[in-house]
Amino acid sequence: MSLGQRVSSDHQLTRLLQIGIVLEEVVESRAAHPLESLPADEREAIDAEVRTLLEDAAAESAEHRGRLETLVDDLDAETVPYEEINALVDARYGPPEDTDGVLYDQLCNEETAYKFYDDLIEAIEASETDFSVDRERVLETLYAIRAEEKEGVQEVTDVMERRA
Amino acid sequence: MNTADQYLKAIYLAQRLEDGPAATGTLADLLGVSPASVNEMVGKLEQQGLVEHQKYKGASLTEEGLERAHHALQTYCIIERFLANVLEVEAFRDEARALESVIDDTVAERLDTIIDRRAECPDCFDADNDCCRYLEVPPAAE
Repeated sequence: MSLGQRVSSDHQLTRLLQIGIVLEEVVESRAAHPLESLPADEREAIDAEVRTLLEDAAAESAEHRGRLETLVDDLDAETVPYEEINALVDARYGPPEDTDGVLYDQLCNEETAYKFYDDLIEAIEASETDFSVDRERVLETLYAIRAEEKEGVQEVTDVMERRA
Repeated sequence: MNTADQYLKAIYLAQRLEDGPAATGTLADLLGVSPASVNEMVGKLEQQGLVEHQKYKGASLTEEGLERAHHALQTYCIIERFLANVLEVEAFRDEARALESVIDDTVAERLDTIIDRRAECPDCFDADNDCCRYLEVPPAAE
């Protein structure tokens, strides 16, 4: 059992990036389909601000996924296709009951993604391993994504506070 | 999962494997650390009221320690299931052990939303086989 929080091989880095991709796919899927999963009366109650927030979140996650996929590809590994994760989300994830549920779910997703990248960055920084992809490039990519996740948390929080 | 939770999980599994207190040697093997490291950490956990240690017998979880060990094992089970069933990793046990220190509880909870885990988890964890007894594992590569 590894007791140190560090990434010690290409293989481990790849696996963690694959997990990051799945987290983005979950965010994307949940942000893209809340309208379908809500009851009809709640669906109509979703206003323009929330719709825009969700559309932006889905687009941003797709873009993050693309950046992570490029790294995983350079590590000669594959990723789980979005369609597969989307199907798992549909099959297993309970739908939110109302607009507040949609926003809370979105907040949890953004916070989780931020925490994941924060831990991953720390684990890479703590490691002296030479990866087959440029370490600085990996870190720069993750720094940028982490910053956007932080903004995402703030955006959802702002909308929730305005609605409270 | 932090180091303390990894120890609590190991003590829980060792107690199940040995049907009694967890011996230092067993914990050292499970955790891949030295017996001296085990003794030091068990002492810290005892001070926190999570473990009781009997000389020459070993460590046992208190009620509070047992609760945390359950939670830690659930997190570990989520990581194993995610690796085996979503990423289709054959060596999911080894990889789960390598990744558990980097995967936070909140991340595991999100991964849990797309896997199929039983309500009785972690009671269905098979300590001898180091995975849930209901886990359908990917076929071995030829």
